[in-house]
Amino acid sequence: MTAVPLTTKKDWSSDQEVRWCPGCGDYSILTAMQLLMPEIDRRREDTVFISGIGCAARFPYYMNTYGMHSIHGRSPAIATGLAMARPDLDVWVVGGDGDMLSIGGNHLIHALRRNVNLTILLFNNQIYGLTKGQYSPTSEVGKVTKSTPMGSLDHPFNPISLALGAEATFVARTHDMDRGHMQEMFRRAHAHKGAALVEVYQNCNVFNDGAFGAITKKDARDAMLIDLKHGEPVRFGAENERGVMITDDGAQIVNVADVGEDKILVHDETADRGIAFALSGLAQDRESPTPIGVFRAVDRQEYGEAASAQLAAAQEANGPGDLDMLLRSLPTWDVS
Amino acid sequence: MTDTADRTDEIREVERIIIRFAGDSGDGMQLTGDRFTSASALFGNDLATLPEFPAEIRAPAGTLAGVSAFQIHISDHDITTPGDAPNVLVAMNPAALKAELDKIEPGATVIVNTDAFEERNLAKAGYADNPLEDGTLDGYTKIEAPMTSLTKEVCKDIGVKPRDAERSKNFFALGLVSWLYSRPEEPTMIWIREKFKGRDLVIAANEAAYRAGNAFGETAELSASRLAVRPAKLPAGTYTNINGNTALSWGLIAASHQVGLPLFLGSYPITPASDILHELSKHKNFGVRTFQAEDEIAAVGSALGASYGGHIGITTTSGPGIALKGETLGLAVSLELPLIVIDIQRGGPSTGLPTKTEAADLMMAMYGRHGEAPMPIVAASSPSDCFDVAIEAVRIAVQYRTPVMLLSDGYLANGTEPWKLPSVDDLPRLSVEFASETNGMDDEGREVFWPYVRNEDMARPWAIPGTDGLMHRIGGIEKQDGTGNINYAPENHDFMVRLRDERIRKIAETIPPLEVTGDVDADTLIVGWGSTWGAITSAVGRMRAAGEKVAQVHLTHLHPFAPNLGQILGQYERVIVPEMNLGQLTALLRAEFLVDARVISKVSGQPFTAGELVARIQEETR
Ligand code: SF4
Repeated sequence: MTAVPLTTKKDWSSDQEVRWCPGCGDYSILTAMQLLMPEIDRRREDTVFISGIGCAARFPYYMNTYGMHSIHGRSPAIATGLAMARPDLDVWVVGGDGDMLSIGGNHLIHALRRNVNLTILLFNNQIYGLTKGQYSPTSEVGKVTKSTPMGSLDHPFNPISLALGAEATFVARTHDMDRGHMQEMFRRAHAHKGAALVEVYQNCNVFNDGAFGAITKKDARDAMLIDLKHGEPVRFGAENERGVMITDDGAQIVNVADVGEDKILVHDETADRGIAFALSGLAQDRESPTPIGVFRAVDRQEYGEAASAQLAAAQEANGPGDLDMLLRSLPTWDVS
Repeated sequence: MTDTADRTDEIREVERIIIRFAGDSGDGMQLTGDRFTSASALFGNDLATLPEFPAEIRAPAGTLAGVSAFQIHISDHDITTPGDAPNVLVAMNPAALKAELDKIEPGATVIVNTDAFEERNLAKAGYADNPLEDGTLDGYTKIEAPMTSLTKEVCKDIGVKPRDAERSKNFFALGLVSWLYSRPEEPTMIWIREKFKGRDLVIAANEAAYRAGNAFGETAELSASRLAVRPAKLPAGTYTNINGNTALSWGLIAASHQVGLPLFLGSYPITPASDILHELSKHKNFGVRTFQAEDEIAAVGSALGASYGGHIGITTTSGPGIALKGETLGLAVSLELPLIVIDIQRGGPSTGLPTKTEAADLMMAMYGRHGEAPMPIVAASSPSDCFDVAIEAVRIAVQYRTPVMLLSDGYLANGTEPWKLPSVDDLPRLSVEFASETNGMDDEGREVFWPYVRNEDMARPWAIPGTDGLMHRIGGIEKQDGTGNINYAPENHDFMVRLRDERIRKIAETIPPLEVTGDVDADTLIVGWGSTWGAITSAVGRMRAAGEKVAQVHLTHLHPFAPNLGQILGQYERVIVPEMNLGQLTALLRAEFLVDARVISKVSGQPFTAGELVARIQEETR
C-alpha cells in the first residue's frame, strides 16, 4: 500500500460550497470528520463516501475523497458491491433516518447481518428535512407534521435496537454537540472490521429544532447522557450518583446508593447481545437518560474478505480459470 | 418426418424426428429429455430442444397442472427450431396424454406407460373413459408398455425395493425410445455411472431399466416403428450442446477474460434467470464474484458499486426484476458507468407465466426509466448466440461507459443446440483503460480531475477509487458536462439530456451493418429480433423452397439500431415483424423509420413454430 502522506483538514475538504441550512447539525459532523481523517491512517485516494438521498446524503460532496451520491435508500447495497469488489478501499456510508431506516431499511439490516466492511453513519434527526418536514421512522408517536396534522400513529424505530436485532457486530451512538465523542466513535467504528453502525443524534434546526436538546445541551449532559465505557460501571449524574442495573425487566436506572455499587452493570462491549439490547431500550423518549458510546463490538468473519477467500480457495482447488477448458467442460464431439 | 429411399434392414432412415417426452413433474422427463439430447448430440445430429416446466415446484401428482414436457428435434441437416408438431409423444401418465395429444402431428407415434392408466390417474386427468381403449388414439401408432411394472420386475432381481425401482421407470422409457430411434447406449450408461457414483443400487436399477426398455422394443416386435437419423453434415469443428443461460454465463466470463477485468454478479433468484447465478457461482476460480442480494434493487446496486470500483458489474433477472431495478438503472445512466443488465424475459405482466417464454420487455428496456434515460439494448437470437451477445454487451458497456440491457428469454435460456466451439484466439479483443491523470484546472490554477470530460466516443473517464490524485464525486443529480459539478441550470439540463441521447446513438458507429439473407430482391422482408430467429429462419427456408421470394433480417442491436437498418427497410414493399409480444419492435420501427411495418404476434407463452409462421406470413402477403 502506498505510504500515507501527512494531511490536514483542508486536504480532506472538497472545493464544493456546503449547502446545508445555517445552524444545521450536519456542519459539526462534517467538521469532526474532516478533522479526524488526517489522523486516520488512510489515503484520501483509498477512501470512498457513499450516500443515498436526503440532507445527510450531501456529505460525500464535501469530502475530498472518492464519493458517490446515489439514490434514496440504496447506499448500503451499492457500498456492499464496492467493498466486496475492492477490499483494499475504505468505504463509508452516510445517510439519514429516512434514507436508511425507511426506504433503505432492508439494505441496512442485510449489510449489518452480513458484516460487510462498511463504516455506516446514520444521522438521526427524527424528521424528513429535504422534503420539508414530514415525520420519519424515528419520529415519536403523536408528532405533528405536514403529513400528520393530527399526530403520527407510527411507533418509531430505535436504530440501536434495530442494528442489534440485525446482529450487527459494531453498534454505537453519539451526538452532534460533542466533537470529541463523535470523533472517538467514528475512529472506533472505522477501526472495526466488518459493518459498523454509528447513530448520530443530529439537530435539524429548521424542521425539528431541539429534538435532542433535553439530553445533549451542555448543562443537561451530566444528568441525561449515560456514557458507556468498556469495562467500567455504567454510571452517570454530576456526582456519578445514578447507574444502570440489569433486572428481569431489562435495564433499570437506579440510584447507586439505593442498590449498592456491586449491583451496577459493568459495561462489556463483547457481552451477550441481550444486555446491549436492554441498554438500547433505555432511550425510548427524548426526556430520559440516554446511553451513548459503543453498545457492542464483537468479532465476526468479515463478508468481503470471506468472499475473496472463496475465490482464492477455488483457484487453489481448480487452478486459475482456463477459458478453453471451460468451453470444453460439457461433453463435446468432433465433426470433420 | 420424411422418408428417404434407402433402407437398411428394417430400420428406416428419416431426415428428422421430433419427440416430445411428457409426464408428471416427478417422473423425470427433463432428465430423460436431456439424456436423449446428449446421446443425439454425441451421435452427431443437429438438434434443438424445448423444455417446458410447470410453474409449481410440486403440483399434485397426476394432474394436468403437474405435466412437465421436453421436446427435441433431431435432424441430419442444419435446423433452427425444436420443431412444429412432434412425430412421437411419450406419455408417462394420462395427464401427459391429455395435455399433449393435441400438439402432435396426425398419425404420430404415441408411446404410453400403460401402468399409469388406472382409474385414479384417469380421473385426475379428467378422462371419463380410458383413452387407450375408447378410440381416442385411433389413427395414431400406439405403443403400449407397462413401464412401471416391467421396471419393478427387473429391479427385483438386483435387490431394489419396488418403491425405489419405480423411480427408474424414466430410464425404461429412455431405453425404449433410444432403441426405437437408434440412439447409442454408451453415453447414457457412462452418465448414469458418473451421476450416481457411490450409489451402486441406483446405478444398477437405472441401467437395468434402460436395458429393459431396449429389450421391450425387441420382444414386442416394434421393429416396424424403428427409425434412424444420420449425423448432420455440420461445419467441421468441436461441438458441445449448450443452453442459452450457460452460453450467456460463459460469454460473460469470456468477456471478462478478453477485457482483463473481473466479473461481479449481483443477483436475486428469479425464474428463468437463476441458472446464470448458479453457473457463474461455479467459476470463482476465474475471479468471478457472485453476490446473492437481499432483493432485486440491492442486486443491481451492488453490481453498480462493483463497476464503480473497476469490475464488470452484472445483474441478472427477469422482467419483474427489471421493473424493480429501474431507478438504479437511471442512476447508472446518469453516472455513466459500465453495467450489464440481463433480462431473461418471461410471460407478464406481474408474476404472469414464470416458466413460459415471451419477449414483451423491449419497451421496458427502451423506456422503462423516468426521465430521458437511454440505454443500449442487445438481444440474443439462439442459445449459442447468448455467448456472443454477452461479449458484445460488455464491449459496448466498457467502451462507452454505459449500462447495457441484454435481452434473452425463457425459450433461449433452457433450450439447447449444438454449438461449434469458438477458438479463444478468435474472440473479440476488448480493452479499456482506467483514467490515471488529471484533466482539468480549478480556479486557482491547480490540476484537478473532472469526471465528465469526454473522449472521441463521448465516453467519460472511468476513474476508479484508489487512483492517485483523481478524487472526485459523482451522483445522480444533474451535473455540468466536463467538471461534473452539480448544475440545475435550465440550459445545462437541456444540454445534458441531449448529450446522453446522442452518446448512446453514437454507438451505432461501431455496430456492424446488417446483412439481409434469403431473396434480397424480394418484395417482403421479415424482420426479427431475439429468439424468433430460429422459427423465422426455418419458415423463410420453407417458403423459399416452395418457390416464394422472401428476405430476412435479424436484429441483435435494438438500441441503437445497426446503421443501415433504415436503408434496408426502405427497399421492401412489405415489412413483417414476428414478435412474441403485441408489436413492440414494430412500433419502434414505425416510429423511427416511418415504415408500414406489420406485426405477427404470439403471446401464448410458446415460441413460434416455423409452420405457423409460414401460414401467417402467407396471410399477410396475400
Ligand atoms: S433541513 Fe434540517 S437537516 Fe436538512 S439541512 Fe436544513 S437543518 Fe439540516
